[in-house]
Amino acid sequence: MIQAFAFYLFAALVLASGAFTILARNPVHSVLWLILAFFNAAGLMVIVGAEFIAMLLVIVYVGAVAVLFLFVVMMLDIDFAELRSGLVRYFPLGLAIAVVLAAELVLGVGAYRAGALELGTPAAETAPLVGEANIVSIGALLYGRYLFLFESAGIILLVAMIGAIVLTQREARADAGRSQQNISRQVSRRPEEATVNTRPEVGQGVQL
Amino acid sequence: MELTSSLGLIAPEILLSVAGLFLLLVAAWAGDRASSAISIAACVVLGAAFFLVAPSVCAGAAGLETVAFGGQFRADAFAGFAKLMIYAAAGAALVVAPAFFTRYAAMRAEYPVLVLFGTLGMSIMVSATDLLTLYIGLEMQSLAAYVLAAFLRPDQRSAEAGLKYFVLGALASGILLFGASLLYGFTGTTQFELMRVAMAGPISTGTLFGIVFVLAGLAFKISAVPFHMWTPDVYEGAPTPVTQFFATAPKVAAIALTARVALDAFGTHADAWRQVVIFAALASIVVGALGAIGQTNIKRLLAYSSINNVGFILIGLAAATPQGASAMLVYLVIYVAMSVGSFVAVLMLRDEDGAPVERLADLAGLSRTKPALAFCLAAMMFSLAGIPPLFGFWGKFVVFQAAVQADLVALAAIGIAASVIGAFYYIKVVKVMYFDEAVNVVRDRSDWAHWALLIISTALMSPLGYLLTGPLSVLADRAAASLFFLV
Repeated sequence: MIQAFAFYLFAALVLASGAFTILARNPVHSVLWLILAFFNAAGLMVIVGAEFIAMLLVIVYVGAVAVLFLFVVMMLDIDFAELRSGLVRYFPLGLAIAVVLAAELVLGVGAYRAGALELGTPAAETAPLVGEANIVSIGALLYGRYLFLFESAGIILLVAMIGAIVLTQREARADAGRSQQNISRQVSRRPEEATVNTRPEVGQGVQL
Repeated sequence: MELTSSLGLIAPEILLSVAGLFLLLVAAWAGDRASSAISIAACVVLGAAFFLVAPSVCAGAAGLETVAFGGQFRADAFAGFAKLMIYAAAGAALVVAPAFFTRYAAMRAEYPVLVLFGTLGMSIMVSATDLLTLYIGLEMQSLAAYVLAAFLRPDQRSAEAGLKYFVLGALASGILLFGASLLYGFTGTTQFELMRVAMAGPISTGTLFGIVFVLAGLAFKISAVPFHMWTPDVYEGAPTPVTQFFATAPKVAAIALTARVALDAFGTHADAWRQVVIFAALASIVVGALGAIGQTNIKRLLAYSSINNVGFILIGLAAATPQGASAMLVYLVIYVAMSVGSFVAVLMLRDEDGAPVERLADLAGLSRTKPALAFCLAAMMFSLAGIPPLFGFWGKFVVFQAAVQADLVALAAIGIAASVIGAFYYIKVVKVMYFDEAVNVVRDRSDWAHWALLIISTALMSPLGYLLTGPLSVLADRAAASLFFLV
């Protein structure tokens, strides 16, 4: 009873905040609605017993991704009124695409319900570790059976990082020193190098 | 126990990744001054990986003892054969890079590191026997390639090539992933072995959709028509050593991966994918031959030439027999040697100021100004055209032979006819070099490494190459047999 109540509460809130994400006029409000949607989705995950996914949703999506969105929205000067200005012109095209997608959904689900689509049966070897918290099960899979792929995925992220640095660091290298902090030079700096005593004539400025 | 044997099987990959990480640290601390030392070290690592893989290729490793990580990875002779080509081609791309980048003061220590990680991705691709491994390898290779294409950031064309490659590559990855998700949904597994078993019997529409989408995503990576549009732009814009790398190593990896997916995972339904592959093969041959005719840029011309060659390679795949796979591998070896030779020759051409020469018209009169270079380039062109005394003919011959043996006579006939069209523009290059008046002075400012690569590939393409047909076909047959060795 309490579970059903919690489910309908979270589900309704997810739907509502998802709708408000799109409808909100102010982009900052949109992001805030999105964060609310993430929180409620995390609640839904707790109900189905996937507490690790729920935790990830809060930590990764709310903590990192949504905050990043918020920064981007606040820092980039995007004219959202201009972005929306083509709405009437593109409305028929958008509607047509939406109708096609909806028809595909109905056809697909209908065929599946009618038994025309026969999905494959998962290979039997994916039996869950009984009685373990699902973080243990995920860890056992990632560091056990999928060890090779997990480590390879790490290298992909490293390559992406090298790429980002190689492609953006170029301009900074032209005037090397400005972009990088030289700690030893900072620490070894003496007061007499940094300050000068001058006695300018009256009415004349100081040359820096 | 299982982990230990698996780690033994991925020894070349471990070597590449550890060396890549170590060289990355060296690059971070020593900076760009160390870039040539890092390039040399990366070449040594590639050589070591080459000799780690070589024994399994010679022994024709196949079967259960080559399976690692519970069927996600297989280090059989087929994968080994492709890895040998990939390591050699990556080494060639490292050798020619410093001379090119130094002119732009853009030789950076990250270049060899990115090439190493890209090679690691390709190495994983050719050994993939699971959709997850396939995708991880493909993305690792692609990410490194996107960065390499834009490596000359201040150059507008290079930045454009990188961006174009990235956007279209991401789209292709999306298509491939969609197909993979359909395959997983309808077969219930991501492993090629189990997928083949699950697909036995009449094929469902959903599975068919999955096959087509996966093949479309892979066709982008091998730049087969109709997914070839990015190739000329990216090849033209990317720095020439990088173009040479793109035309060789990633092509080998993507073609070997396509062959494994088609023959292993979809092996029970050759009829389902064969028409797709036949269409891509014929379209690639025709578009590659016709598209090259109007080109004035040598790199664009070689890009169309690579599209054309992919078509011939796919004819071997369409046969769906061990002979076809073996012919495909032989063709790939010859194609890699021809591509390396042509691109090295292009890299050696400089105008009076030392700027790279890329226009076809600038080759005019090369036979008088640089007779040796012109001779080597002419040999490459005749070989690419498949003119008999040269070794390029042998590759086309074995591919067509395999197609005829698999009762694909019409495919072979159209392929031969289209290769005659292709011969036109290869011979046009020779005509420009030998019969046109020289308009400007072309010098070559090349070192011994360029000459060594060019002489090796010219010697391979000369009739001397036929001495290799015996060992080459034995190794390719073993590799193809290991691909068809069903566990």
